Amino acid sequence: MKMKLTFWKLVLFALLAVGFYSTVVRFTQGLGRSTNLNDQFPWGIWIGFDVLCGVMLAAGGFTLTAAVHIFNIKRLHPIVRPTILTAFLGYVLVCIALMYDLGRPYRIWHPLIMRNPHSVMFEVAYCVMLYTTVLSLEFSPIVLERFNLQKPLKIVRAALIPLVILGVILSTLHQSSLGTVYLIMPEKLHPFWYSPLLPVFFFISAIAVGLAMTIFESSMSSKHFGRQLELPILQELGRVLVVVLCIYGILRFEDLLHRGVLKLMLHPAYEMYLFWVEIALSLIAPLLLLSQKKVRSTAQGLYLAAVLVVLGFITNRLNVSITGQESSAGMHYMPKWTEIAVSGAIIAVGFALFGLATKYLPIFPEEQAPHTKPAMPVVGEASLLGHAGD
Amino acid sequence: MSRALLYDATVCIGCKQCEGACATQNKLPYNDTVAAEEVQSEHKFTVLLTKGDKFMRRLCMNCQDPACASVCPVGALRKTAAGPVIYEENRCMGCRYCMLACPFSVPKYEWNKLLPRVQKCTMCPDRVAAGKPTACAEICPTGATKFGERDELLAEAQQRIRDNPGQYVPHIYGLSEVGGTSVLLLSSVPFEQFGYRADLTRDALPMYTYRVLSRIPDFVPLGGMVLGGIWWITHRREEVAAVEGPQAQKTPGKKEREQ
Repeated sequence: MKMKLTFWKLVLFALLAVGFYSTVVRFTQGLGRSTNLNDQFPWGIWIGFDVLCGVMLAAGGFTLTAAVHIFNIKRLHPIVRPTILTAFLGYVLVCIALMYDLGRPYRIWHPLIMRNPHSVMFEVAYCVMLYTTVLSLEFSPIVLERFNLQKPLKIVRAALIPLVILGVILSTLHQSSLGTVYLIMPEKLHPFWYSPLLPVFFFISAIAVGLAMTIFESSMSSKHFGRQLELPILQELGRVLVVVLCIYGILRFEDLLHRGVLKLMLHPAYEMYLFWVEIALSLIAPLLLLSQKKVRSTAQGLYLAAVLVVLGFITNRLNVSITGQESSAGMHYMPKWTEIAVSGAIIAVGFALFGLATKYLPIFPEEQAPHTKPAMPVVGEASLLGHAGD
Repeated sequence: MSRALLYDATVCIGCKQCEGACATQNKLPYNDTVAAEEVQSEHKFTVLLTKGDKFMRRLCMNCQDPACASVCPVGALRKTAAGPVIYEENRCMGCRYCMLACPFSVPKYEWNKLLPRVQKCTMCPDRVAAGKPTACAEICPTGATKFGERDELLAEAQQRIRDNPGQYVPHIYGLSEVGGTSVLLLSSVPFEQFGYRADLTRDALPMYTYRVLSRIPDFVPLGGMVLGGIWWITHRREEVAAVEGPQAQKTPGKKEREQ
């Protein structure tokens, strides 16, 4: 165990160091030197991965709060906190990533006063801003409990349902709007991915990923903290995941059929291979796996399916934002190492913060009782790093 | 009342004076090296392309309903009533959505600057406002680039095609591409040969996103009501079950129910 923690500590250090160096390059040399972006290819992985995938991976937050608080599915209650934590961290990190990508990050507040309601980006900016606020409020009881602040706790709890409803509405809006962003470029985005249904696809896949991430996190925390969700909860999530994937798959197929794109699916091309990677990972493999009773009734099997779904939809977002743009841009885009380093460091920070939060805050239900000891200030840094990779 | 440019490639002699005038107007460097560059960039807003004895200009089309202006979250790009699509650099936060959205990939970025701007031809808005033609039209020695009212230029372009049917491809580029542009092109060879896309939609692109966006004001209260309603029903059921079922009364919170 000790060895393992040291290893993850090293990984974290390495990622942070390289990320820090890349940050310096980005903010002293500009975008041209720190990225492989250019006039033909203005958006790279900082948008395609950090923002699009980041927001998608944080979708568990609204999916789970809706299921538990609105639909009153109490069985799922134990996982609400870790999911909200992930979502909150996810959105904070997305905002940080955006600061790297914006040419003039100090003007990130401009949409507050310079409004263009015809712009999808404007709507996304507002939703993300408001939803991050909502998430911080949904997350606040965990912190307030930890420090036993009863008065504010009461206020937040009283406002919980309206907050949850607001969160679900805002999430629905911007999860789908990240797809709407690409509706303006019918000629530029490859027909595999350009569809009038893009907002619908982005929304449904966000729900699928939200469910998959919840299964994934449960398994991760069982590995590193010895805590995980009860199997029946995981199975329940797996069942809903199958339904969501089926709905998504059928819509996706219908869409390709009606737009006459099916024939391209067998026509060898760079886009075709990545399209099939996406479909295989996000739909075919997980659905085949989950159709097996042996798989869907075990935690390991569900974990595997969840990982595939997450990877599949990450591929989908990268296909929309990068693969699908390459032929109209007339070039292949490969991120520069500094771009990858920044994304890597952001992920590392996310894992570290998640580890820290689970250590010091009552995130997992079982933890609430035996939580008493750690003397925070002195141990602080060491334990921060100790949980880095979790 | 919208002003426009008509470029007739058959009248053009390829002297590139439009490039030079544009550079002077926009305070950009212009020398032999720049003149030899055949792509639009952050320091070259208009390009004169040469293929044998055929010429073609490339510049911002200043669309009638521009995608760039519609996608800009802070309204840094704007279509003016007079025709030009202008850029207010002190609004821009550098998201570069305009570059992606533009069907002609016109907006360029100052990638090597620490505080970059989007750069493109803005159809000389100050000159146009003062009633003067754009710099490129003013300097053009043959009248290949002509400045005027869009309606009149369109009529003239149609007339030219009608008078000399053999001389032109029977199409005014910009008449209806992406809903129409303020730069109209005539040519004797297909426009694709100079990189102009022939497959552009006739719809104004902003509609594609706006018909989704415009539903939001309805969606928010409706979504709130539906979600609130579901919440009320699921919790009401629980209350009823708690009152009616004696076992449930003891532990209503922990009771698991079928959904």
